[in-house]
Amino acid sequence: MARSIRDVYGETLAELGAENESIVVLDADLSGSTKSKVFGQKFPDRFFNMGIAESDMVACAAGLSTTGKIPFVNTFTVFLTTLGLISARAQVCYGNLNVKFGGAYCGMSDALDGATHHATEDIAVMRSLPNMRVVVPSDPESTRWATRWAAETDGPVYLRLSRTEYPDLYPAGTAFEPGKGRIVREGTDCTVFAIGILVHKALEAAEALAAEGISVQVVDLLSVKPIDAALVAACARKTGAVVCAEEHQIYGGAGSAVAEVLAHDGVGAPTEFVGIRDVFTETGKYDALLAQYGLDAKAVAEAVRKAVERK
Amino acid sequence: MELTMERQKELEALCLRFRREVLTAIHKAQSGHPGGSLSVCEILTLLYQHRMNVPGPEDPDRDRLVLCKGHAAPMLYRNLIEKGFLPADCMDTLRQLGSPLQGHPTNHTPGVDLPSGPLGIGLAAAQGMAIGLKLNGSSARVYAVLGDGELDEGAVWEAAASAPKFRLDNLCAVVDYNKVQLDGTTDEIMPLRDLEAKWQAFGWHVIRADGHDLRALNRAFDAAEATKDVPTVIIADTVKGKGVSFMEGQAGWHGKAIDDASYEKAMAELGGVN
Repeated sequence: MARSIRDVYGETLAELGAENESIVVLDADLSGSTKSKVFGQKFPDRFFNMGIAESDMVACAAGLSTTGKIPFVNTFTVFLTTLGLISARAQVCYGNLNVKFGGAYCGMSDALDGATHHATEDIAVMRSLPNMRVVVPSDPESTRWATRWAAETDGPVYLRLSRTEYPDLYPAGTAFEPGKGRIVREGTDCTVFAIGILVHKALEAAEALAAEGISVQVVDLLSVKPIDAALVAACARKTGAVVCAEEHQIYGGAGSAVAEVLAHDGVGAPTEFVGIRDVFTETGKYDALLAQYGLDAKAVAEAVRKAVERK
Repeated sequence: MELTMERQKELEALCLRFRREVLTAIHKAQSGHPGGSLSVCEILTLLYQHRMNVPGPEDPDRDRLVLCKGHAAPMLYRNLIEKGFLPADCMDTLRQLGSPLQGHPTNHTPGVDLPSGPLGIGLAAAQGMAIGLKLNGSSARVYAVLGDGELDEGAVWEAAASAPKFRLDNLCAVVDYNKVQLDGTTDEIMPLRDLEAKWQAFGWHVIRADGHDLRALNRAFDAAEATKDVPTVIIADTVKGKGVSFMEGQAGWHGKAIDDASYEKAMAELGGVN
């Protein structure tokens, strides 16, 4: 069943709260939107609404972590990774502190609010911070796993979460591994390395391309940092052509992380990038925005055709 | 907490010695921040050597201190050496590659509770420590030592707003109010106006004290500890470069390497009890 990723995250956080008293949750006056409110209503003594003060929130979490707490900080992705960045860098990551970042509205998922509220550079920022791990769930089950894994893992973790609904991709109890991607469709002509909503668009594109006789392998990266370098190189070598697909600027995102692996390993596979092309986005309905900025199944399919042609 | 005349004399002698050794380290490194290290000397020394309960750098019930004005790191390091958390001879390595004494504090250094240096975010983190300690049922206290130039940062006032909301009476902020920042006086660069009224308006218990008078500071910390339901800020009137006549009140000595002639002169002024 397709579920809003923010709802799944909020529920999981509340479950974790019941299991582990060390978990504390902070929000910057958006708990109704990020769904951290679910935790807040159950555990008011361990929930801290910091007001519209993202810097205060992240720094407060840094301090809390030094007393043995496991703080989850929550607000819209774009504000968390800009206004919260100074503390994320200088305190949390430099100090290797046990703070978890829930970036609630990634990409253009806060569609109608427009470019100021779209998070399209956050991966570039967060993956460049030493000690930070960057995880992008792609369905309800991977969201539940990633949230639980973040709580159980010592050190900074950034969860890139969406406002929108993602269909189910993984059955309950799937054995995800930290730092590992998953092949969600086998193919031979081209590999699409995707994250988040683009995993679903890539699967749609693969289905359409099969009718044209193009066999597409789809990899859900799940972890952008660390990137699953062995899987990336192996898939690229096997198929000889690559497409990277993400709801993020092309510069510095998951595609850049894939390209770093391919360049280092000397794979030499032609690579196409599906992502936002160095522009600010607009207001609109979510699906219309994905089409407008070349992030739908049609755009992924076109990128695959180009990559295969370049072999 | 009692401060006998005898203990006061001992602490005064320590402060003089710390001033000498901090300037020696900054001179040797040919880099660092003499002005703000000297102005915060009595504040840090009274806290670490007399008041704070820190049985060990990892003790979960230890009192905590965030040196929000991280550029005064050498005075913090000298205090941590005195506590026995750092080797006695490591001041010589200040700011050198591989040294435990980084240019600004980091929690990789034993006894340092949190990295600091970027101004504005230390108070918020100290607030988080205070919340965590209360949740843990600990009676430990948290100190946040801020610069006055630091109060230009908006983030300070985010934490100034939130700490009273959470009734953090285990949190005590200290403003090292030396009235000078890097480019000039605080009045020239960014007027602070009525500091006491500002903190009061945010809901803090405000105490004004002479930041170089150990007895006055000790009384202020006593009053902070006795205060319930609200955090306390001590606005400590200090002199930038305190103890070295030609550095006192001079913005030029905020972050300047000390030349040999100035170093000799400063040491001569700080001679005497050692």
